[in-house]
Amino acid sequence: MQIELRILRFDPERDARPHWESYDVEADPKLDRVLDLLHRVKYELDGSLTFRRSCGHGICGSDALLINGRNRLACKERIEKLGRRISIAPLPGLPVVKDLVVDMEGFFSSYRSVMPFLVNEGPVPAGERRQSAADRARYDDTTKCILCAACTTSCPSFWANEGYVGPAAIVNAHRFIFDTRDEAAEERLEILAGDDGVWRCRTIFNCTDACPRGIHITQAILEVSSAIVERRT
Amino acid sequence: MSVPYTRSGRARPRGGGLELTIWYLMRLTGIALFVFALTHYLIVHVIYDPAEQDASWIAQVRWSSTFWRAFDWSLLMLVLFHAFMGVRTVVVDYVKGRARLLVLTGLYLVAFVLFVLGTAVVLTLPVVPKG
Repeated sequence: MQIELRILRFDPERDARPHWESYDVEADPKLDRVLDLLHRVKYELDGSLTFRRSCGHGICGSDALLINGRNRLACKERIEKLGRRISIAPLPGLPVVKDLVVDMEGFFSSYRSVMPFLVNEGPVPAGERRQSAADRARYDDTTKCILCAACTTSCPSFWANEGYVGPAAIVNAHRFIFDTRDEAAEERLEILAGDDGVWRCRTIFNCTDACPRGIHITQAILEVSSAIVERRT
Repeated sequence: MSVPYTRSGRARPRGGGLELTIWYLMRLTGIALFVFALTHYLIVHVIYDPAEQDASWIAQVRWSSTFWRAFDWSLLMLVLFHAFMGVRTVVVDYVKGRARLLVLTGLYLVAFVLFVLGTAVVLTLPVVPKG
């Protein structure tokens, strides 16, 4: 099947602004995914095309892109679902470095700001820190995040306010706030109770729709909001 | 002045108490509106015939009881708060700097005027006995 691939290109050394370029590529709709077509363009048509990808199997989170107007992982998105004309642009809301590569520093600094690591000042146990299956299940959903930024860059609140920590950071805070082995839930809730924290969420659900891992992101955000309310009342 | 830092090394965010309160009240008023607005709708559109409702009908039938006056005033307060805080949310999202202060001040002024007008009407509309 012949596919017309439209890619938003931008070379900071030559272009004043991004522009669309079209490529006709052959694709097997049953087998190929968007990443395969990007490879075909880069290897056979235009070696200057720049994009990120690492594992190619939906785990590393490198190749989240705006595909036909939705944030998706290029390596997971099957051609069969997309039709004969496919448009590919960099993730919205982050500065473009080149072609499909965006500057993720703001995204990762928001992620770091919620302390996405286990805090436990108690004595280090000889083996694992054990917890019950029910306690583990409490935050299971938010352990699945691969930090691809599809959620945060699909969020209109984030587009409007780059200070907003964004859904991905809240998901990763949730993962530790509701972990019984962690002791810094208070600190994280205080961070997320700030003006740029959870209150910026307008329950638009773009994040939940964008997540390639199927995390119930909006629900996680509201669980954190509720935890902050309960803590203050 | 020392800036409190989190363990992640970022300056601890300030504020949040007001945002929390408004967020929580938006939810509570939303739930309350579900009850109040639906009750209001039932009364003026289903139980009574809308064709017979004029100022004297309100004075004689609806607002002859203090309960319904209080009910309607509560409904008005809920709508005012929920609507204006909703608009505030949009303003805070999209308007920045001095313009935000200006727009918010105007917004609160309009809300205050509506609050005064509504409360004055509820308090001062004379009760007209039936017949």
